[in-house]
Amino acid sequence: MKRLASHALFWPVITLLALIALNTAVNPGFLAVSLRDGHLYGNLVDILNRAAPLALVSAGMTLVIAARGLDISVGAVVAITAAMAALLIGGSLNLDGETTSRFPMWFALVAALGVATLCGLWNGALVVGVGMQPIIATLILMVAGRGIAQLITGGQILTIYYPPYSYLGNGYLLGLPFAAVLATLVIVALHALLSLTPLGLFIRAIGINPVAARIAGVRSRPITVALYAFCGLTAGLAGLIISSNVKSADANNAGQLLELDAILAVTLGGTALTGGRFSLAGTALGALIIQTLTSTIYSLGVPPEVNLVFRAALIFIVMLLQSAEFRATVRRLVTRPERA
Amino acid sequence: MSAAAARLAGLDRRLVPLAASVALFLAMVAYGAFSYPAFLSPQVFLNLAIDNAFLFIVAIGMTFVILTGGIDLSVGSLLALTTMCAAALVEKAGWSPWLVVPLLLAGGAAFGAAQGFLIHRYRLQPFIVTLAGMFVARGLCYLIDTESIPIRNAVFTELANYRLPLGGGHSLSSGALIALLTVAAALWIAHSTRFGRTVYAIGGNAKSAQLMGLPVGGTLVRVYALSGFCAALAGLVMTLYMLSGYSLHATGLELDAIAAVVIGGTLLSGGVGYVAGTCVGVLILGVIQTLVIFNGTLSSWWTRIVVGILLFAFCVSQKLLERGAESR
Repeated sequence: MKRLASHALFWPVITLLALIALNTAVNPGFLAVSLRDGHLYGNLVDILNRAAPLALVSAGMTLVIAARGLDISVGAVVAITAAMAALLIGGSLNLDGETTSRFPMWFALVAALGVATLCGLWNGALVVGVGMQPIIATLILMVAGRGIAQLITGGQILTIYYPPYSYLGNGYLLGLPFAAVLATLVIVALHALLSLTPLGLFIRAIGINPVAARIAGVRSRPITVALYAFCGLTAGLAGLIISSNVKSADANNAGQLLELDAILAVTLGGTALTGGRFSLAGTALGALIIQTLTSTIYSLGVPPEVNLVFRAALIFIVMLLQSAEFRATVRRLVTRPERA
Repeated sequence: MSAAAARLAGLDRRLVPLAASVALFLAMVAYGAFSYPAFLSPQVFLNLAIDNAFLFIVAIGMTFVILTGGIDLSVGSLLALTTMCAAALVEKAGWSPWLVVPLLLAGGAAFGAAQGFLIHRYRLQPFIVTLAGMFVARGLCYLIDTESIPIRNAVFTELANYRLPLGGGHSLSSGALIALLTVAAALWIAHSTRFGRTVYAIGGNAKSAQLMGLPVGGTLVRVYALSGFCAALAGLVMTLYMLSGYSLHATGLELDAIAAVVIGGTLLSGGVGYVAGTCVGVLILGVIQTLVIFNGTLSSWWTRIVVGILLFAFCVSQKLLERGAESR
């Protein structure tokens, strides 16, 4: 079992190391990390910070996919959460240069995350309660979600003038970017929860065979709903980080194509899209790979437009490697066919 | 509408969602006519065809894909890629439109066929393959140019300005005519050809279709090729409509197309649905947009919310219908 796990993470680790090596070859200073004002600076720290929202969303997505689901509404949920936070905090510049928030910040954060969790619950209710296909159930929120976010922001890009809020996306904790610390904490806590309690086993059981899991006594329906709610919550956290990072909420563009990146990160990490097999560490690596790839493309001087094509190529490769039929074809090409 | 009521009305169960869509469309038109005196002008309805021509074409390709139980998320990007290629080849490379048009249509079909091949041959999920296809097509757009390329070519501008007069000062654009021809062709393919019947059979139960000796693999590849072809054709129609190629054309169009198919009464599990229903679905989306424009005070994002609500209502009612069918 342990060997299998190390094997599952082998390729993501190699990919990430190769990307980092490539960067170091092009830019020898790539690995340098310096300490300034008690904060760590450097390309690696920057990648950690920028990958945080994606890693959070992908962690939620991993569990949903592991239980044979899918959530394509996370981008819309990011937009809704960002809009909620911006609306509740708002903040305006006073004449004496001080800024105030409309509601206390803790209230705004809790409310925004609450709305995000509600979005997830809604998805879960549609999938479990109504019995819709996950793609379609979450498509509804994906279509309507940006409209709802627009409604909250009144069709404008809301600027957040409240300095404490920008800590989420730009602040440092113990010298490390706060967003990266938060993402790491969430993923580590989640990993502990899943490996110390039977929950992880239940999720795998649901993913491998939902009917058998239910017959075996796994309360698959409430668990599945909870997973969607959690995915909404992680999307909400990402929404807070993203809006805090740019100090504004843009209902049209916040979290654009995030659902695709999250699915890519999950697949890169070795989680099977058919459910049952998942790896949170792999997902975190997947998110880092995507972010490193983006930085690589910038540092290589390749036009950033190529990024999408690269990511698509990655999806195709990973997808084919996961396909049993494709592996069989390759095997037939490499080895001699056995006699029947 | 309950099953009993449907039986009373002499309707086949499978026609219930279609009937609901038509009723919804008529109700919306009635609301529009009641609220806005200018709404019932024939040109308002002709504009539905003119402004949604590309959506008609894409949604028809999507209908066939969904009928087999699949999905094609690459259509919006493929459409944008077609507008980019058309603009770049005609304006920058100076190729003749008569060469570019068939080339792009074949290219769209080949793009779709490649996706279909991956889906069928390696048993990959249609959702993830076409998602990657969406990235590829949109990325290629950006590679060609990140700016919009205006089109001044004589053939394109002449076609774009062409209006078929219908009397009374009303007219249809060339794009709308192409859309209507596509609808006619799709109706024929779906209901009168061996290919169409195989599509329905695969959606009903792919395994039985295989056991019956139907060419499941080839049909799947051809269905995605058809969707790619439709996306390319829609791209050419949009090129005429906008007279430009732009990498940000038609972002999110795949969602509108799926919404139109679902609202038109096609079951997402495959096997049940009609091209005609999809046309009604597109008309409903168009009427929502028209109503929002006529209202004047509503912002355009209400369109998306209403579409989301309709999607929800139709999906839930589909599930209830299915359950009703199972419990009997």
